[in-house]
Amino acid sequence: MNRENLIWVVLFVIGGAILLGRAMLSEHGMGKAYVKAVEKDRVRTSEPAVYPNEDEQDITWISADEAREQGIDVEALGDDDHKQWTIYDPATLTAYQAEMAVDPNQTTYQFSLSRSVGIWFAAFMTLFVLTFLIKDNPFYKVAESIFIGISAAYWMVVGFWSTVTPNLIGKLSPDLVRGWAMPGLSRDEPVELMYLIPLGLGAMLLWRLSPKGGWIARWPMAFIIGVFCGLRLITFLHADFLTQIRNGIVPLWVTDTAGAFDFWESLRNVFLIVGVLSCLVYFFFSFEHKGIVGKTAKLGIWFMMITFGAAFGYTVMGRIALLAIRLEFLFDDWLWLIDPTNKRVEAVVSMLGLF
Amino acid sequence: MKRNVPLMVAIIAGYVMILAYFSPYTEGWGEKVMVWFDILAAIAFVLGGGNLLKVHLKKVSDRQAGWAYSVITVVAFLVMLIVGLGKIGVHPHEKYAHMAWSGNFSAIGSPFWWLYEYTFKPLQATIFAMLAFYVASAAFRAFRAKNFEAILLLGTAFIILLGRTAAGPYITGWFPDWIEGLEADKLSTYIMEVFNTAGNRAIMIGIALGTASVSLKILLGVDRSYLGSGEE
Repeated sequence: MNRENLIWVVLFVIGGAILLGRAMLSEHGMGKAYVKAVEKDRVRTSEPAVYPNEDEQDITWISADEAREQGIDVEALGDDDHKQWTIYDPATLTAYQAEMAVDPNQTTYQFSLSRSVGIWFAAFMTLFVLTFLIKDNPFYKVAESIFIGISAAYWMVVGFWSTVTPNLIGKLSPDLVRGWAMPGLSRDEPVELMYLIPLGLGAMLLWRLSPKGGWIARWPMAFIIGVFCGLRLITFLHADFLTQIRNGIVPLWVTDTAGAFDFWESLRNVFLIVGVLSCLVYFFFSFEHKGIVGKTAKLGIWFMMITFGAAFGYTVMGRIALLAIRLEFLFDDWLWLIDPTNKRVEAVVSMLGLF
Repeated sequence: MKRNVPLMVAIIAGYVMILAYFSPYTEGWGEKVMVWFDILAAIAFVLGGGNLLKVHLKKVSDRQAGWAYSVITVVAFLVMLIVGLGKIGVHPHEKYAHMAWSGNFSAIGSPFWWLYEYTFKPLQATIFAMLAFYVASAAFRAFRAKNFEAILLLGTAFIILLGRTAAGPYITGWFPDWIEGLEADKLSTYIMEVFNTAGNRAIMIGIALGTASVSLKILLGVDRSYLGSGEE
C-alpha cells in the first residue's frame, strides 16, 4: 500500500470511528427517521349478495367509523368486506418525543428502521459520488453503477404506469384497465382502435434489440421524425419566430402617462432593438462580416456574451444550490449537526445542555 | 423497403401534420399524435432498458474489465423494475380497497418510493451538484479574461451571481440615490430584462428558423440521415 492510499485509509477509519461514536454513544444518536402510523380501516358498503354481478365502480368503501355511525357491525364483517392496513407518514423527532412524554407506551409515533437505513444509505451514496472530486475510485463507480441501473428502471416504471397504462392499454381495453389498475376510469371510455398504430410502432421500435431485422425500427423512427418535423415547423414559426418578432416591436420614443418623454424607458427599448438586430446580423452569413456588417456583428457578439454570462451565472447558481441541498441533507438529516426547519428542537437543545 | 418506406412514412406523417393544422376538422390531430409520441417515448424507455441489460450482461459473460460493476447495474435495474412494475408493498386506493393494484405505484412508504427517495434522488442530485465544481473550473480555464468578450461574459456572470444572492444588496446597498441603479440586484435585473432578453430573442428567432429549415429538408427528402447508413 503506497503512502497516499495509507493516508486515505487512515482518514476513512478515523471518520468512520467518529461517525460510529456519534451514532452509538451520543444521547440522541443521528440519522434516525421517525414516522406516524395512520391506521386505514375501510368497510365495503354494497350488499354482499350483489357482489359477483355488480360493476366494480359501484362498490364503495367508507371508513370504519362512518360505517359504525350507519349501524354496520364492522367486527362481524369478513375479510372481503373489511380491510385494514397501516401507512406511515413522515414525523419529526420533536413530535415523537412529545408523544413519548405524554404516553411512553404509545405506538402512533415510531422509530422507522427502514427509513433510517435509507438516510444512512443515501448519505453514503452522496459521499461516494463526491469522492470523484478527488479522483475516480471504486466507491464512485459503485454509486454510478447503481444510479445507471436505478434510473433506467425508474423511467421504465414511470413510463409504464403514467403513459402506457392510461394512454395505450386504457384506450385499447378500458375494461381491463378499469378492473385492474385504474378503477376510477370512466365507464363511458370507448375502445379506440386507432391506438393499435402506436402499439404496432412501439413493437417495431423494440425490434432494434433483435440481432436481425433492426431496420424495422426505422419505420417508427421515421414516423416520430416526420410527425415531429410537421408539428415543430408550424409551432416554432408560430410560437417562437412570430411571437418574438411581435414582442420585439416596441416604441423607441416612450412617453409617460403625462405625455412627457421617458428617457430611461426609451433607452431600454433602444438597447432591446439594437441588441436583437445586431445579434441577428451576427447569425447572417450570406454577407462577409466586414465593414458596417462586421461592426454590427461584433456588437451582436457583445450582446450574446452578456446573455451567455447571465446563463452561466444562473447555471453555476443552480448547481451550487443543489450542492447546498446535499450538504444540508448530510448535516441536517444524517449528522444532526444543524436544524434549519426545527425538526429536533428539543433534542438539540438538550444535547447541547442548554437547559 | 428498408429505406424508401420509412422515407415515405416520415414525409407523409409530416405533411399530414402540417395540413391538419390548417383545417378546423383536423386541428386536434396534433394533440392526439403527441399522445402517440408519449407512448412511443415510454416504449423507447423499454428499448433503453433492454439495451442496458444486453450490454451489461454481455460484459459480465465475457468477464470484461469492470464486470463486477455491471453486475451491480443489472441487480439495481432489476430490483427497481420488479418493485415498480409489481407495485410491491403498495396498499390499495382507499376508495377501491378490494382492488390490490389500485394504489399509486410511488406511494410513500413503498419499496419503490424508498429506492427513489434514498437512492435515485440523492444520487441524481449529487451528480448534478458536482457539476458546480466542474463548470467553475472549466469556466476558469476557458474564459480567462483575456479579451473584451470574455470580460463581458465573466463580468455579467459575476453581477448576476452577486445580484441574485444576499451578498449583492449587502455589499452594494449603501450606494447613493443617484447611482442606485448600479446596486447589484437592480443591475442584474436590468441585465436580465434588457441585454439578456435581446440576446435570447435573437437566439430563439435563429432556433425557430433553423428548426423550420431542418424540418423542410427532412420533409422534402433532402436530409435522409435519420435512415442510417443503409449497411444493414
